[in-house]
Amino acid sequence: MSYDNKSVRWISHIALMGFSILCLVPFILLVMSSISSEDSIIQNGYSFIPEHLSGKAYEYLWAHWGELGRAYGVTVFITIFGTTASLAMTTMLAYPMSRQDIPLKNFWALLVFFTLLFNGGLVPSYLIYTQVFEIKNTIWALIVPGLLMNGFYVLLVRTFFLTSVPPALIEAAQIDGAGEIKAFYKIVLPLSMPILATIGLFEAILYWNDWFNGMTYVTDPKLFSIQNILNRIISDIQFLSSNSNLSAASGGEMSELPSTSVRMAIAVVGVLPILIAYPFFQKYFIKGITIGAVK
Amino acid sequence: MLPGLVYLIINNYLPMFGMIIAFKDINFAKGILGSDWVGLKNFEYLFKTSDAFIITRNTILYNVLFIVINTIGAIGLAILLNEIRQKFFQRFYQSVIILPHLISMVIVSYLVYAMLSSDTGLINKTILPMFGAEPIAWYSSKEFWPYILTVVNIWKGIGYLSVVYLASIISIDPEYYEAATLDGASKWQQIRAITIPLITPVITMMTLLAIGRIFYSDFGLFYQVPMDSGILSETTNVIDTYVYRALMNLGDIGMSSAAGVYQSIVGFVLVILSNYAVRKFNKENALF
Repeated sequence: MSYDNKSVRWISHIALMGFSILCLVPFILLVMSSISSEDSIIQNGYSFIPEHLSGKAYEYLWAHWGELGRAYGVTVFITIFGTTASLAMTTMLAYPMSRQDIPLKNFWALLVFFTLLFNGGLVPSYLIYTQVFEIKNTIWALIVPGLLMNGFYVLLVRTFFLTSVPPALIEAAQIDGAGEIKAFYKIVLPLSMPILATIGLFEAILYWNDWFNGMTYVTDPKLFSIQNILNRIISDIQFLSSNSNLSAASGGEMSELPSTSVRMAIAVVGVLPILIAYPFFQKYFIKGITIGAVK
Repeated sequence: MLPGLVYLIINNYLPMFGMIIAFKDINFAKGILGSDWVGLKNFEYLFKTSDAFIITRNTILYNVLFIVINTIGAIGLAILLNEIRQKFFQRFYQSVIILPHLISMVIVSYLVYAMLSSDTGLINKTILPMFGAEPIAWYSSKEFWPYILTVVNIWKGIGYLSVVYLASIISIDPEYYEAATLDGASKWQQIRAITIPLITPVITMMTLLAIGRIFYSDFGLFYQVPMDSGILSETTNVIDTYVYRALMNLGDIGMSSAAGVYQSIVGFVLVILSNYAVRKFNKENALF
């Protein structure tokens, strides 16, 4: 019996260890490639044990810090601003919906819920944002579309307000002379910190990782986020390799492309903040996944 | 409340009315509302091309494949995770296997490139020579991409799903297992007779949710990972990438909006149908 249990446990350990390694291996390859010397990559390809180490790629990045630093600034700004704005909008919309005394209560919930089931698609959104709001090539393009508020989160926060904030508390505060807004700030918000922190974390990750809005609405390199720079580099490689006669004609352009190890170094720089921050927030992240699953 | 509502109307409801674009011949001189109606012409053009069939087939087949493999794999992982009793290791494994979920698809495409690049990739330069095999031009051989995309999808998504299933396994009352152990049931018998039946509601719900979204796919996976390569389009083009390319690269508003409307409407019908199925199966698990 105990023998059976022990072997099951060992098998579980081995299998999970193996899968964990599979999850990590690509990142290790990425980091090793970024510190390989150019020659060893050309000779042996990207590898875990490069023949010669070299910090050249990072020196190059340091020398071109202006461009990258700017992209970092854009990413940090949209992450902070976007997360704050979307949290504010989500709670402001969810709170009245959770109150029993609001007119048309079910209608509002339906209005939010319907957006989860049905959407107009890319083309109308694109035309509305570019033609009506002229958002193209502004910082707003990276913040407003798609991400600013998610109906699912609104419903999640509403459910939390409904189940975890007792209406009696709000009434008590109002009897003590607090207005609607004061009651919201002093009572409801502090009680809702756990759910807001979780949603904020998910929103922040979405903003940090977003490349779609940048690719769709931004062509001005000044507004590129880290993700968009990475995206641009990889599509340039693809463009050159699929038009090889063209790149032969303009040899100059080829040499301007960051070389093989620099490419990987930029990717490392792009992913590093998340990898560093991850151990600190993984607990909340795992919890958040389970909250989302229980709708 | 107001800003949120205004945003919903602009971001979600205006585009719904914007779907009329698909039934018009858009002429910017006349404006969106002023353009001429063409009825179903755009749809006729779309379904005359071979693209319509390819993108529908790819979208559905990939999704079916992903649903089956991810569900089985994630349940397996969750069961293994549940066997680990040391808190430290359980947390460690969980953290590592959901790490890929945190990474943007752009970064993923770099990771895949480091593996598959034809001149410098790990596979062509290190792994294939070990077996004495010839290098393969991955980015221009379409027959490999169904496998590559499936592997990438599993790598990125399975950890997340297994954490969801683990949560539901943990909530099973331990008394069931104690009783089974007393009766001499083996681990395998316990898994089959207790764990799987008790998490079936969660499995059903997750699967039906996924079926409801079978007409949508992960745009990043199909756009970034194959590096937007035209040569691969027969096995990598899905509805989402088709709409995007028709709009951004070709500027073909009629065609792309028709494909978009096709996706929205069929997708919506599927969500409603799958919810109806859940309701019939178990009322409590239905979404609405």
